[in-house]
Amino acid sequence: MKIQSNHFGQEAAINLKDEALAFAVKKATRKAFDGRLQAMAEISTEHGEQIRMQAASAKRRVLENLPALLELAEQRMTENGMQVLWAKDESEACELVLEIAKDHQAGQIVKGKSMLTEEIGLNDALQKAGVSVLETDLGEYILQLNHEYPSHIVTPVLHKTKESIRDLFIKETGMPFTNDAGQIAGHARKLLRNAFLTADMGITGGNFIVAETGTLCLATNEGNGRMVTSLPRIHVALVGIEKIVATMEDFATLTQALSRSATGQKITVYTNMINGPRRPEDQDGPEKVFVIFVDNGRSKIYASKYAEALACIRCGACLNACPVYHQIGGHPYGWVYPGPIGSIITPLMKGLENASPLPYASSLCGACKVACPVDIDIPRMLLELRNDLVETKLSAPMMNFMMKAWMIVMASKLGYSLSGKAAAWFTNLFPIQKILPPPFNGWAKYRQFPQFSNRSFHSMWKEKAKKDG
Amino acid sequence: MHLSEHESPKGKKVSLFITCMGDMLYPETGMSVVEILEHLDMEVDFPAEQTCCGQPAYNAGYWKEAKKVAETFLDAFEESSVIVTPSGSCAAMVREIYPKLFKDDPKNLPRVERIKRITWEFTEFIVEGLGIENLNLRLPKHTVFAFHDSCHSLRHTESKSASRTLMANIENAEVVELESAETCCGFGGVFSVKMADLSGAMLKDKLDSILACPAKVLCGDISCMAHINGGLALRNSDVRMQHLADFLAGSLKNNENSI
Repeated sequence: MKIQSNHFGQEAAINLKDEALAFAVKKATRKAFDGRLQAMAEISTEHGEQIRMQAASAKRRVLENLPALLELAEQRMTENGMQVLWAKDESEACELVLEIAKDHQAGQIVKGKSMLTEEIGLNDALQKAGVSVLETDLGEYILQLNHEYPSHIVTPVLHKTKESIRDLFIKETGMPFTNDAGQIAGHARKLLRNAFLTADMGITGGNFIVAETGTLCLATNEGNGRMVTSLPRIHVALVGIEKIVATMEDFATLTQALSRSATGQKITVYTNMINGPRRPEDQDGPEKVFVIFVDNGRSKIYASKYAEALACIRCGACLNACPVYHQIGGHPYGWVYPGPIGSIITPLMKGLENASPLPYASSLCGACKVACPVDIDIPRMLLELRNDLVETKLSAPMMNFMMKAWMIVMASKLGYSLSGKAAAWFTNLFPIQKILPPPFNGWAKYRQFPQFSNRSFHSMWKEKAKKDG
Repeated sequence: MHLSEHESPKGKKVSLFITCMGDMLYPETGMSVVEILEHLDMEVDFPAEQTCCGQPAYNAGYWKEAKKVAETFLDAFEESSVIVTPSGSCAAMVREIYPKLFKDDPKNLPRVERIKRITWEFTEFIVEGLGIENLNLRLPKHTVFAFHDSCHSLRHTESKSASRTLMANIENAEVVELESAETCCGFGGVFSVKMADLSGAMLKDKLDSILACPAKVLCGDISCMAHINGGLALRNSDVRMQHLADFLAGSLKNNENSI
């Protein structure tokens, strides 16, 4: 999809006025946030924190040894009968999928939920080539019907109300009127069931790949993942190169951390562990399994001071914890990955110049880091990106000027004390609230501008010292 | 634990770091800190060369400018044995960010390493540093309080537990929690200027929860206080948050005889 992140400010302003959206987003994120806390508390807060730390170190060990683990994974998966392919960018990844579809006369494709395929724009590429592709995750199916993109990493239609989904189904699929969420889901289930049975090829992402066993792991809740990977003749999994874990034991830790953090579950309803295509003794399963490892900018991140961002397991907990995300949902972030982690990944993958507002889309409150199951220091990286913006001259000239002036004033005792006096004099004399120029007028829209004190502490202390002798 | 490398401050002279916002907007809060520390028999001084810790520029991405101002902090507190500040975010800046800012500066790094171990937020200094959990204060009647914790004092200092401890030991005081107490008020320095509408929406939610809470709301951080009280003023509300130091100093004056 085309990146729109430089319009973050305008898009956020539009969403801030949308009360239905704010209601839906706040309600859903609150539920997910509380769910995570509860799921962590269930195993005792200390143990929850230990799982978090174990998960963090499992992903850090991967990052220390990523190239070797990728090679091991390729070797093991090949031994298991899967075909491993490599794509350096989105167009290579899409081409590989198209080639597989062509080689196997696959005209109908069903898909499981995958953020990576959103990232590489796979659906567009397939449809352009005349291949029909259907999303089978309920949320993604709704988005496909409405030509939208996800607003959340885990719950992609979090921004929508039940009523808007009902109306969409009535309009696009001829569903009879109902207000019952179960009936709405049941309607979608019927439509999707047919597609599973007739599809030639299934496409999924992958939550983890266990290097030591060559296992592709999928965590899902709706069961569609199991259908997509077992009913069609061909299964293609597209996986980011950072999705490796070293051992089955690490997987056990991480899948718990993922489920508890993403949806407050002990474990997802379905955990698929795919070790290869159908064997002669198996009753079902695909004839062939392809795994495509996608780089698409990841090795560049790996080599940078932002490597930590590759530890992300896409649980969405930072979105649910973020007070900025609560206000506006995911779309204003302007690309596939919203929220705090999106504000880091997006500029790193698509270029800082194409996403320059995102590092500032945070009050740096740190709630994201506390919620992150692999302890990614998101605030640190947001700050580094801000510094990169300044160092690469992408920051606003007005801001550069103000910060230089600020430095000169603050670095000199005289300048500092004069500026305090001037501010007090000025704010006493003029209706500062009404005459503030941009960018400060925005500040005054929501708060009374602070009244500077006529006496600074410096002068109060001098008086006190005199009095105390 | 954020204080694991801190040296014991007992018996040492305390240098007050008022912070730039405290100096210019809330100087009386600085005086409250001094009164309480003196009441606890601490000797207090005020290094007059101090200006700002550099956080506004650091958070905006202007690290060179931040470093330059941070150097004035290192100079101002060169002789200090203990630094206390009524602001969690400024304490965190000195303790956590200075080591990054000066990591390639061999001249200043030793000064940073020393200073980060002697810098305290006001409430954690009393409770964790001095080991004083009870200020022996008494309120004339039962009063309910709530806290707005700054994000830094929640996640980078020991202030949340310290402030609750001090309040819980005041006779007739009861502490309750605000709705969504751990959600940011939306200030975030440069964030409130660059993303004014978003920041304003976050502030609105915070003001709603403060106004819905029947308790008197206290705060331990000057920047949140300026932000939230500015929002309350624009709503024409009579409610204001009070800095914990001001509340404690006021109570101290009210029952001077009972101590």
